[in-house]
Amino acid sequence: MSAPPAPWDRIRDQFPILDQQVNGHPLVYLDNAATTQKPASVIAALDRFYARDNANVHRGLHALSMRATDDYEGARSRVAQFVNAAAPEEIIFTRGTTESINLVAASWGSANLKKGDVILLTEMEHHSNLVPWQLIAQRTGATLRYVPVTGDEGLLDLSRLDQLLTPEVKLFAFTHISNTLGTINPVAELCARARQVGAVSVVDAAQSIGHSPVDVRALGCDFLAFSGHKMAGVTGIGALYGRRALLDAMPPWQGGGGMISHVDLFESRWKPSPERFEAGTPNFGDAVGLHAACDFLDGLGREQIQEHDGRLARLAYDRLAEIPGIRIIGPRGERGGLVSFAFGDVHAHDVVTFADEDGIALRGGHHCNQPLMKKLGLTSTVRASFYVYNEEREVDALVASMRRTIKFFAG
Amino acid sequence: MSAELSDLYQNVILDHNRRPRNRGRIPTANRSAHGDNPSCGDQCDVFLRLDGDRIAEISFEGSGCAISQASASLMTTQLKGKTTAEAEKLYGEFHEIVTSGHEPEEISDLAAFAGVHAFPARIKCATLSWHAALNALHGDGAPITTESHTD
Repeated sequence: MSAPPAPWDRIRDQFPILDQQVNGHPLVYLDNAATTQKPASVIAALDRFYARDNANVHRGLHALSMRATDDYEGARSRVAQFVNAAAPEEIIFTRGTTESINLVAASWGSANLKKGDVILLTEMEHHSNLVPWQLIAQRTGATLRYVPVTGDEGLLDLSRLDQLLTPEVKLFAFTHISNTLGTINPVAELCARARQVGAVSVVDAAQSIGHSPVDVRALGCDFLAFSGHKMAGVTGIGALYGRRALLDAMPPWQGGGGMISHVDLFESRWKPSPERFEAGTPNFGDAVGLHAACDFLDGLGREQIQEHDGRLARLAYDRLAEIPGIRIIGPRGERGGLVSFAFGDVHAHDVVTFADEDGIALRGGHHCNQPLMKKLGLTSTVRASFYVYNEEREVDALVASMRRTIKFFAG
Repeated sequence: MSAELSDLYQNVILDHNRRPRNRGRIPTANRSAHGDNPSCGDQCDVFLRLDGDRIAEISFEGSGCAISQASASLMTTQLKGKTTAEAEKLYGEFHEIVTSGHEPEEISDLAAFAGVHAFPARIKCATLSWHAALNALHGDGAPITTESHTD
């Protein structure tokens, strides 16, 4: 392999948090699917914004407000470019993936769903791409339908799609990369299939946005939701991409300042997207952080990130698979940058407590995926998830720690 | 292994986790309650046969970490034969042990849980089954969750 490009050199030095000991060991941070760490450039961008430019955005006629507005709208343009949207107006800032999906459910769903309609989901959806649809189904009389998962290998059973994706399906929502299985779904194919029956497609990109190229026009999706904090950005900000024609026809979902063109006592008129969907003072400070995160990830190259994280996950899979009694879920070959596993009767929370003792940050539990866990006959799994700063030696540390833990509980 | 971790996973706890006592549903139970720890996904059902005010039989079913399973198992061995008032007093002692780490003066298997206090996130694991048991005793069939009380 040729030498990595310049930004990868000393990459760990760009993440100040990694330079610490936990329980007497160097921190091994493998909980990146929950949230990634932040590079110094993102932290500095926030610092710079609050030290120099901070003021409320829009309608401001003073210098700081104009600068803050430029920063905020600059972030929108940068995010639009990051996902290859056709225009900045197709990017709505939200608190994150969950709020983005709730926005589609509340706005598009309330205007377009009725009794007899079907919302198609998959069995591998995170609760954030499941509960909002349950809520809107209850309100509109639409029903839910699920594409099954094949079992431990964790693939969508696409042989069932013809039967499930009928003309009653008005919306098909699915994850790009499963946060529990690591499965990479064939998003472009699924979006095309949805389009064939006239259904709108919603992609949960929470686990893909920071780990691989995401191009909304190549994917052909109608909506795409993601969070900043899982892509080296800060918490509290995320975005919804929506195709312009759909956004223009959607009603507001929250009312307040910033989203109106005219207000009377008894009725008001709305601004177009994106303002229509951003009532109240928006999170411009964190948008600046998200802008810096986009720059950081493109500096590394998203193909390279995908290759790096996927390689560590496959290595971890292969090394963990050698431990007697382990059950690894999700596909063995190509996968997102995480691996999820269980050891017989040993509960994930006990395993995670032992790993913490070795300075290793893992996540254990149902990963907001209770229906999937139930289907697989599991109550919890341990999940190790990788990012740009992780190294092979950390996979070694993980495997050694897991071996020690299992030995203790098998005792 | 650190002192804290070996205190947490004492032999008594490991033993109850591997070989839980009184696991399963009592067919003659006249009281039961369900407990949930939503942040962990832990669940626990406690079944009682009350004879007057005395716990004649007690059992549990559930899933969760070693701490929660061992706690439920050990609890059943401690509560059998107790009255409601005695059970409440025992829970008070157990609560003190897991939150302060102070072991009681009289010798008690419950002292095995003193190590929990060094892991505040695990206190809920240890107390889940106790809350379900007290709920069953009070005849309140409503499911309980660890989110509805502080520990």
